[in-house]
Amino acid sequence: MLEITCPWCGPREESEFSYGGEAHITRPLDTDALSDAQWGDYLFMRKNPRGLHHEQWMHAYGCRRWFNVVRNTLTYQITSVYKVGETIPGEKQ
Amino acid sequence: MKKYSIFSLVRNALSYHENWQAAWRSPPPKKEYDVIIIGGGGHGLATAYYLAKEHGITNVAVIEKGWIGGGNTGRNTTIVRSNYLWDEATHLYEKSMKLWEGLAQDLNYNVMFSQRGVMNLGHSLQDMRDITRRVNANRLNGVDGEVLDAQQVKQFEPLINISPDARYPILGASLQRRGGSARHDAVAWGFARGADAHGVDIIQKCEVTGIRREGERVVGVETTQGLIRASKVGVVTAGSSSVLAGLAGLRLPIESHPLQAFVSEPVKPVLNSVIMSNAVHGYISQTDKGDLVIGAGIDAYTGYGQRGSFPVIEHAVQAIMELFPAFSRVRMNRQWGGIVDVCPDACPIIGLTPVKGLYFNCGWGTGGFKATPGSGWVFAHTIAQNRPHELNAAFSLERFSNGHLIDEHGAAGVAH
Repeated sequence: MLEITCPWCGPREESEFSYGGEAHITRPLDTDALSDAQWGDYLFMRKNPRGLHHEQWMHAYGCRRWFNVVRNTLTYQITSVYKVGETIPGEKQ
Repeated sequence: MKKYSIFSLVRNALSYHENWQAAWRSPPPKKEYDVIIIGGGGHGLATAYYLAKEHGITNVAVIEKGWIGGGNTGRNTTIVRSNYLWDEATHLYEKSMKLWEGLAQDLNYNVMFSQRGVMNLGHSLQDMRDITRRVNANRLNGVDGEVLDAQQVKQFEPLINISPDARYPILGASLQRRGGSARHDAVAWGFARGADAHGVDIIQKCEVTGIRREGERVVGVETTQGLIRASKVGVVTAGSSSVLAGLAGLRLPIESHPLQAFVSEPVKPVLNSVIMSNAVHGYISQTDKGDLVIGAGIDAYTGYGQRGSFPVIEHAVQAIMELFPAFSRVRMNRQWGGIVDVCPDACPIIGLTPVKGLYFNCGWGTGGFKATPGSGWVFAHTIAQNRPHELNAAFSLERFSNGHLIDEHGAAGVAH
């Protein structure tokens, strides 16, 4: 059982949350100019790393707000939690 | 390879079974092969076997990080069926079913394939409509299928609870009588022995750390035992497919999730068939040894940890209790998890990649075991001919850019 710290509600059990997959996938702006391959990449292709993963979670049985988590997909250890729009941990602004 | 038979059994009994030939060799890797298969699970070993048997390509190495059959091949619930919805998937899984039906004879290895029937339960009117549609689609494709009502379900599986007072009452089921189960380890070992007999080198405890390219061509793989050259490399690594794709500079539409299962202590025969329920989400069968094998769902989040989370166990147990209240006091013996490579449309990717000579067979998600022989058969064809067989042409990587997805979430059996 993961213990996830919601940025608003504090530490709660994983069963209160729903998972939103890889974070920071930005919808392309110039959609008319995109090739099928670029659309496919945006829609379907995922990093799916073995190691640190930036991902989205939602506190479904709590405040129902989305936020980002950095989690190790091998050890399941959560190394940081940050709100949407905040600086990505470990990255320079 | 010395053939297994009643005579070899008697002969070896005379020497106290101490002189059986090893089922496969463990040779050191050669410098170069015609084809390298990365991943020594059922699918990879089957690929090597059919490369040798069907296409005469015997200078092949199967490279395995751990031991053969130690990944998802040894971690699934061994269900075999071919009752998928869409033509492309049905034809692929039915090819596999036909191979299963002659596999033990073909391999001269008892894979304990038992066609005891697979039931997919329906718990709502919509479930029953979907089941009827799927059975009709199966029959149009020449795949056996029947729609059962609740009474017939009870007749087929007497211990099941069809009470209308259940939280999710059973209204009926689809039944594929040719479906059933097989012994997972025996499948890996049988294919390994068969491939080895054709001259394939099975190299265990050898991890691939890089895929060597020259321009747009693959020329070999870097491993913990050094560089091994080959002009064709087939990757069949299930949950680790994205990691391997990364080594080749490719991206895949795959997310890896833990999928878990557990077995009970052995009990006397209580189940006749394999029972699956999408709606309450659990599936169960009984091994020849007597253990109840129970499959759970996948963890919602991605992971490579080869273990599942507790809420998922609880959910699966609730489902099984709903279907079989009599099992409430059966004790569980073991629990484990495997890493499944889930595609957005719950269908595999089998085919060529933008890198010449590099082939991927992945994305089987939660239902790869049943496809083991068929997957190896079409992948061997794809590698040998450098183009997909018509059975796997639709399962290309390009479908994620041209939009020809094959949505099998309904028939995939495990919710994700």
